[in-house]
Amino acid sequence: MQLLLQQVMAGLANGAIYAGMALAVVMIFLAIDHLNFAQGEMATFSAYVAWQLLAWGTPYWVAFVVVVIVSFIGGVAIERILFKPLHHASIFANLVAFFALFSILNSADGYLWDYTIKTFPSPFGTKPLFGSVLIDAHEAGMIVVTAVLLGLLYLFFRGTRLGLAMRAAAANPESARLVGIRVGWMTALGWGIAAAIGAVAGMLIAPVVFLDPNMMFGVLLYGFAGAVLGGLTSPGGAVLGGFAVGIIENLAGTFIPYFGRDLKLTIALLVIVAVLMVRPAGIFGRSVVSRV
Amino acid sequence: MTTPQQDTVPFAPAVAEHDARLAAWPATRHWVLAGVLAIALVLPFVFQGFVVFQLTQVMIYGLAILGLNLLTGFSGQFSVGHGAFYGLGAYVTAILMDRYGVAYYWTLPAAGGVCFVVGTLFGLPALRLRGLYLALVTFAAAVALPQLLKFHGLEGWTGGVQGIVVDQPDVPGFLPIDTDQWLYYFTLAVVLVMFAGASSLVKSRTGRAIMAIRDHEIAAAAMGINAPLYKTLTFGVSALFTGVAGALGALAVQFVAPDSFSLFLSLYFLVGLILGGMGSLPGCLFGGLFVLYVPNIAEEVSRGLAGAIYGVIMLLVIFVMPSGAAGFTRLAFAYVSRWRNR
Amino acid sequence: MMLEVNGLEAFYGEQQALFGIGFGLDEGRVRTLLGANGAGKTTVLRALCGMIRTGGDIRFEGKCIAGWATEDIVRLGVAHVPDGRGTFLRVTVEENLQLGAITRRDRVGIAADIEQIYHHFPRLKERRTQQAGLLSGGEQQMLAVGRALMLRPRLMLLDEPSFGLAPLIVEELFAILRQVNRDTGVAMLIVEQNAALALELAEHAYLLETGRIVMDGPSEAIGADEGVRRAYLGY
Repeated sequence: MQLLLQQVMAGLANGAIYAGMALAVVMIFLAIDHLNFAQGEMATFSAYVAWQLLAWGTPYWVAFVVVVIVSFIGGVAIERILFKPLHHASIFANLVAFFALFSILNSADGYLWDYTIKTFPSPFGTKPLFGSVLIDAHEAGMIVVTAVLLGLLYLFFRGTRLGLAMRAAAANPESARLVGIRVGWMTALGWGIAAAIGAVAGMLIAPVVFLDPNMMFGVLLYGFAGAVLGGLTSPGGAVLGGFAVGIIENLAGTFIPYFGRDLKLTIALLVIVAVLMVRPAGIFGRSVVSRV
Repeated sequence: MTTPQQDTVPFAPAVAEHDARLAAWPATRHWVLAGVLAIALVLPFVFQGFVVFQLTQVMIYGLAILGLNLLTGFSGQFSVGHGAFYGLGAYVTAILMDRYGVAYYWTLPAAGGVCFVVGTLFGLPALRLRGLYLALVTFAAAVALPQLLKFHGLEGWTGGVQGIVVDQPDVPGFLPIDTDQWLYYFTLAVVLVMFAGASSLVKSRTGRAIMAIRDHEIAAAAMGINAPLYKTLTFGVSALFTGVAGALGALAVQFVAPDSFSLFLSLYFLVGLILGGMGSLPGCLFGGLFVLYVPNIAEEVSRGLAGAIYGVIMLLVIFVMPSGAAGFTRLAFAYVSRWRNR
Repeated sequence: MMLEVNGLEAFYGEQQALFGIGFGLDEGRVRTLLGANGAGKTTVLRALCGMIRTGGDIRFEGKCIAGWATEDIVRLGVAHVPDGRGTFLRVTVEENLQLGAITRRDRVGIAADIEQIYHHFPRLKERRTQQAGLLSGGEQQMLAVGRALMLRPRLMLLDEPSFGLAPLIVEELFAILRQVNRDTGVAMLIVEQNAALALELAEHAYLLETGRIVMDGPSEAIGADEGVRRAYLGY
């Protein structure tokens, strides 16, 4: 029983990482109505920039804020420069652009900062939280930050006019134009926000998994899986999905030792597929009714 | 008088009007095909062994992409996992040849058959899922395969991390060509047969039914088309094509190992398909060309930034040709004929 | 003239749909565009809003707006109630109305306008916090009109407002449109298949056939014409 609890807590801690990523994934989905496969690479790049600033002696929180702002601007720029020209092209053309972005960023990380694994400091420290063996300060910090981000996003989307305009632009661009919304800029804004969230996620994940160019790859997979599990239209669902994936992954690894490490990811994905069979739009997702 | 529902499922694969255009210029098309075939037959004697090997690979990748095209371009079902079928076909060949001494040409139908069955089984749960959710499931397959192949419980069959070595097919005694050339012609024959099969499938009533399902499933069902049956079978057929390509790939490379069939292979196939032109049969070969040569070119430009160069080239291609090479060719022809008719 | 159109052509890809249309609209006036299915009526409205490729001259309050982006035309004060209504299905009724006013900054004015809309359409007030996708066809049409009014437009373009609605509801709707035109002086261009109602509301009418205007005159004259009576009014 003790082991179960421990593994659940460990899973929650990992889950906080996946939840943060899942949030960014759903965020971009709500803003632009597709997924950004390069999200992880953008987050890694942001983390590297932060690392560089810290290496040059910048205080932690200054670097943090600078990186978030720069990432926001970067996200907007990428959308305007790379994706705006493909706006009228098919979803597949956009997919190629995402993949290209992924490739470019991943390669650039390795080229600029080489492939050696780097340590990244945590603002919360790594001491066990209140002396508990189940969770340490950084993990608790991640959970809190994810919760705060979620709250802020909720307030933004539900409570502000800009948030409403963004939701409208993503859900129904043609009607949005008919009420005067500049849909292109709404999309760019969505990218900026997602990039900023990704930067935060990257800077919080790096202390745990260590910084290298492929840091976010596994995390993005799990984050994507968590988002789908929770339902792509629900930020809250995505966060819960992320935590769930963390727990499932950990429990699978511990209690099914025959399959062990190699198949952890496979098992986690299988569980998610099983859930999707029962609820094709994710646990909290809204299944869409098609009108003829 | 209805506005298309913007709030519903975001995925709607691009429609290919290729068939209508084909009807417009039949004679020219047959000449072009004959010309290309003639060149293809001569190539192995013009180039050296390694280039012949590469050309063989281009055809193999083209065939793999054709499989994916049948699923995504014609049937409208999304797959980010076709690398898994490729790998599965390759391993069937390797295991049959290495463990059971089966002759190489028999492994092709075996690989195709196994992949057809697995693909059809995949097609069943896929019926419940759309777009991104289906993508996740196929994605899971692509990720799972290398892990399964490395899994120690199956090592007896799969050779684990080390993989399995495959013997190169022997040249039939009476032909005055070397093994690379023989493999090239063998592959060419298989690829021709399969492309012809795909072409007639697309033009048939079945093909039209499948495209109807892609474009508007509810309307198609209302017309009496058994959508679940067609969709599931298309998954099977698509897997069959890619599986046979995988089998040929194993013969060409003479080696199978788990890490050759990673998620990236699936993504490369998808990129190749899109750049060639979704829904276009000839486009698949362009896709094969791209998948084989561009990573090499990228590495030659800059070792350290190979990935970045590859990405930049992809961007350039997609900006210039958003509907892929096939779309671009179509537009070019339309432009030329408009200019002629001024 | 508030709206002046000359030699308007419109294209869907390679297909030409309008072949040199010309018409106009004065401030505060109501005009209607009649025609059968496929005549090009919806195309005219889409062309005015920059939603499709056009040729020719379009002037709104003296400005040439041909080639402008839809959102910029809307911000000049042109509200378009599209065919199919274009409702934001996943947000609430009230949020739909708020979206109509998203380009305005005066909070007080917006709140007052929302109440005014509810006054015109009490059924919307009952459902103000419900998801718009759950409304019936008639209610969604009212919502679409309400949303357009939230812009405080100077010109309203309505695409087949009667489509799919029960006759009683259509009469209600047209009565409200008449009242809005009297109270606020907003000009209206209404595209309609229901010729009888449209000719009652509008002062001037145009008849469109396969992308060309074939008749142009005051509503009484158009309504009295034998050909129009046989084809569009049923007697």
